[in-house]
Parts: sequence; structure tokens; C-alpha cells
Amino acid sequence: MRMFKTGITLAALAVIGAGAAFAQGIDDPTREPFYSALEGKRVAFVPVAMGFDLTEGWAAGIRSQLEPLGVTFEIRDPSWNTDAGAQAITSLISEKPDAMVIHNPDVQSYARLLKRAEEAGIYVIQVNMNSAYSTDAYVGTDYVGLGEKMAHRLIDECSPDNGGSGKVAVVQGVLTAAASAYQMQGISNVFADHPEMQIVSNQAADWDGTKARNITSTVIQQHPDLCGVVGFWDVMDLGTGAAIQESGKDIFLITSGGGNKTACDGLENGTYSEVVSYDVPGQARDIATMIEHLLQHGQAPGSVKSTLFSPLTFMTKDNIGPGSCWTLEGQN
Amino acid sequence: MGYLGRPTQEKIVFALAAALCIGFALFLPGFLTANNLLNLVRSVSILGVLGVAMALVVIGRGIDLSLVATMAISVGLTMQLLATGLPLAEAVAIGILFSLLVGAVNGFLIAYVEIPAIFATLAMGTLIYGFGKYFLFQLDVLYLPDAHRYLLWLGQGYVLGVPVPIIVFAAVCLLAHLFLTFTRPGWYLRAVGDNLAAARIAGVPARPIIVTQYMISSLIGFVAGMVTAASVASMNTRIANSTYVYDVILVVVLGGIGLSGGRGSVRNVIVGTLLIGVLLNGMTIMDVQYTLQNVIKSVILLSAIVIDTFLNPRDEQTAQQGDI
Repeated sequence: MRMFKTGITLAALAVIGAGAAFAQGIDDPTREPFYSALEGKRVAFVPVAMGFDLTEGWAAGIRSQLEPLGVTFEIRDPSWNTDAGAQAITSLISEKPDAMVIHNPDVQSYARLLKRAEEAGIYVIQVNMNSAYSTDAYVGTDYVGLGEKMAHRLIDECSPDNGGSGKVAVVQGVLTAAASAYQMQGISNVFADHPEMQIVSNQAADWDGTKARNITSTVIQQHPDLCGVVGFWDVMDLGTGAAIQESGKDIFLITSGGGNKTACDGLENGTYSEVVSYDVPGQARDIATMIEHLLQHGQAPGSVKSTLFSPLTFMTKDNIGPGSCWTLEGQN
Repeated sequence: MGYLGRPTQEKIVFALAAALCIGFALFLPGFLTANNLLNLVRSVSILGVLGVAMALVVIGRGIDLSLVATMAISVGLTMQLLATGLPLAEAVAIGILFSLLVGAVNGFLIAYVEIPAIFATLAMGTLIYGFGKYFLFQLDVLYLPDAHRYLLWLGQGYVLGVPVPIIVFAAVCLLAHLFLTFTRPGWYLRAVGDNLAAARIAGVPARPIIVTQYMISSLIGFVAGMVTAASVASMNTRIANSTYVYDVILVVVLGGIGLSGGRGSVRNVIVGTLLIGVLLNGMTIMDVQYTLQNVIKSVILLSAIVIDTFLNPRDEQTAQQGDI
């Protein structure tokens, strides 16, 4: 009995003690490894250029997620100059930041450098435009899949079975960019099984709105029964849309982009019929999360490769609302 | 050669353009339609307007490599001001003032500091672009705000079935032609371009004329920029960093305006612009790939220059300083 009492008392004391400990809170064992893995780390970003919605959006998103954790985030802006970009990466390799975020202007230029960077012990994350070499992570659009989906939308709108003429035009960006080459591959994959669809024009406008506009007006003149146009970037396709609006014809224009407010504006005022958004703030979060993950698991760079394809949203005038698109700080 | 006279480069290029036109008309269904021809001229009218600006400077024995950068940044500034809610008149006035200021600085550096035009304007172009990118704009592409969509008329509208950019091109050509032919500063400009020392001895205010010519070219650049912005509802300031300014010089030189100054007229620009327009339009209709288009364009341009060199061989007399 006595022993029993002692037992009860001890148990009670233990419960009270534990309760006291809970009242003060206990340490979360995941915090220390997380913060110490990130504190004082350096991340460098080499975009194709700053100064447009995608790169500004990624930079803002990565910065806001990582800087509060004590990570230094720096941008090397080659301003559309591939050589300057290659130099920036080369000098980064010798400076050895902990991770690099790379936005490739084309599939070849940086491929070897990225391999060297990994060998030098730097994690490499490629964003939205991949190179021929797979690195630790690719975060971005599955362009082949995007091309296939857009091709299906064109078939829905323009195939002779659905009352269209079957004639479509393609306005590409820079031919050697991953976004152009892979997207075209996707479109070709689908159209191979749809002989009724005819690509009457397939031109590169180099991501430039004025070129896109001139090409599109000529194509519309030449093919008055043109039914649809697929453009490869919404910022450039402002020009494509302007040509269509000027012609006064009802031509279906589908394009893709980061889902910035200008895309929603373009849907509202009828410049685009449909915009596929790969959601830049979401991609920024994916990149930052990937960096957190890589810095914590600590395996050698290049040893594990993963791909995070961004979810796609098909936006039309009818399904967008005030929150569908994002804005940059200070954007009107 | 008979009544055709000496085969100048202008005539050769015009003949080339005409030959291409006939070829395309015969073999490309849809080329020789009123709509396509209007579209053809519309697509190069901005290039033509810039060509006129460049021609005025080149006739005055200068060159303006900052033309495209000034156009992009001054019009970009106007777009930005519109977006912040400034009324149209003020935004446009500030854009014009900015471009005139750049022109004046160019002219001052060239006329008074006596820096060669090619270096002064090359440096100014980079400076202006950098200034815009660093101090003025957050994004490369500046959008025309929805409240001012009526401005699109300038780039997308029609007057009596003719696209407005073509009318702007025609008006700029006419004004420039009148300026060169009937006004005193116009005569002076040609005199300064032909022989600076002789013009000065004859009493021409050479330095103010040089400053004026760069201000005029910047101003015309602003007009071209507004049409560009209106036709795609945005201004892509990245164009300042592109090779577009060389296309403009090409139009001028191709049309037969010698870089040695003093020679040429607005007609040369029109001819050069038309050749480029016919080429681009025909190749787009044929769906020739962009890279191949560039190759074909360069080959035709080179052959025009080669033919000219054979027909009008250069010698000690005709080759002048500054001739490229």
C-alpha cells in the first residue's frame, strides 16, 4: 500500500513536472538544423536579364523568402547578353556561393559551365528555361507539355470538325531558347496526329512585340481564313494581339506567361483570347524551397537531380477575377 | 544608259525593289493586293521615319547612334508618366523635352567639344539607356495605360483606308523634304555636310546648325517612338540595346545617301525603306525562317553595294573622309 502511494505520488509529480515543462514550451528539434543550415549562406541569381515581369518576380519572391533566414541573395544581370552571362557564371564559380539560380537564354550556352559549377561544389537550380545539362533542380514550365496543351486548345477552337478553318500560325520567341524549341516540339507532337490542322506560318519574333506584330499582320493578309495563333510569350504577343485586333477578325490567340497583371489586362481588353499562366510567385516559392531543401540535406551538388514542373492555369476573360494575376511592387 | 542617266545607287536599289516586287507579284499569290501593299509599307514606316531622322544627320556629315535609345527612353518616359496619371499633354511635352535635351547635348558635344559624331552619339546612346534603366523604369517594357488606349489610333488607326503610320511616314518625309529644299537652315545643313570649312568661311553658323540637326533627329525619333508604342500598346526599351539602329543606317546608306555627307535627299530614304519592306514582306509570306531571312537580307544588301561599286568606282576624288 505504501509502495502504491509512493508510486501514485511519483506519477503525479512526473505529470506535474511534465505539465510545467509544457507550460514553458519545448524546443522544436527541426528548428536548429533548419536555421543553421541557412544562416550566412549565399545564393546568386543569373537571369537572362532583369527588368521584366518574370525575372523581377522570381527575384522578389526568392529574396523575400530567403533573406529573413540570413541568406545573402545577389543578382548578376547580364542584360540579354549571353557572353556577359557566361562570364558572370564563371566568376561565380570561383567565388563559390552556396547555390546558383540560372535562367538560360538557350539550351547550349551555359550547359558546360553549369556542370563545372556543380563540380566546384555549388548547387545549381535552373529556372523556367532549361539547358541541355540537368542540374540539381529544374523549376519551371514543362514546355513540351505546354505546347501539347496549347495545340489541343487550337484543335478545340480551330479544327474543321469544330467549325474552324484548321489554319493556325505560330509566333516563336528566340529559336534556340528552351521555351521555343520545347514548345514547338509539343505542338508538333500533337499536330502529327491531326493532319486537318495546318501551320501556315511558323516564325520567330525574338521575344519582340514589334516583330510579332509585323509578322502577324502579314500572315493575316496572306491567309484571310486564319483561325488561330499560338504565341510563345504574352509580353511579346501584345504585338500579335494588336495585329489581330487591327485586322478586325475573330482570330483565337493563345499565349503563355508568368501571369502578371498585364496578362489579365490583355484578357480584359481582348488582346489575348487565352493565357496559360505558369505563376511566377509560385515558381519563386518553389525555387526558394528547393534551395532550403538542398542546403539542408547537404549531399554533394549534382548527386541528386529533381524537376519541379510548375502547375499551369488556363486563363480566359470569363474565369479571371481580381486576384487571378499578380503585380510587382510599385507596378501600376 | 540614255535618258536614265548615270546609274546611281538609288536607281539600282529602286530597280532591285521593283524587280523583287514583280517577282513576288508573279509567284506569290496574295502579294499584289492593295491590303498587302499597305501592310508592307506600314510594317516599315517606323523604320522609314527613323531613316529620315538619320538621313538629316548624315547629310550634315554626322551620324546619330543614340537615335533608337533616345526614342525608346523618351517615349518610355512618356508612357511611365501617363501610367502615374499625368495628363497626356504634359507627359508628351516632358517626353519631347527630354528627347530635345538629348539631341542638344549630342550636338553640343559634336559641334563645340568637337568629339567625332560616331563616338559622341555611341556614348550618349549607352548613357541614355543606362539612365532610363537605372533611374526611370522598373521594367523593360512600359505598357500604355488602359485610360489612354485612344492613343492606339496613332499606330493602329486608318484615315481613308490608309494606316496612320504610313501617313506619319509620309508627313515626316514631306516636312523633311521641305526643310531641306526651302528653308535656310536646310540649305546650311547641306552646306555644312558638304564642306564644313567652306561653309563656315561663307558665313554659315556651322555649330548652331550641327546642334539643330541632332535636335531635329531626336524629335523625329520621338515621333517614331510614339507610333511604335501605339502600334503594340507598349514601349520595349530593350530596343535601345538592339541592332535596330544599324537597320536604320542601312536604310539610309542603301538608299544612296553617302556617309561622307552633303549628298542625298529624302527620296533616297523612301527607296531604301521600300526595298527592305518588300524583302521582309515577301519572305514572311513565303514563311522563310527568321535566320534565313537575315542571310537573304544581307546578301541582297551586299549585292546592291557591290553593283554600286562597279558602276561608280571610288577614286581619290570621290572617296572622302568619313566614307565607310
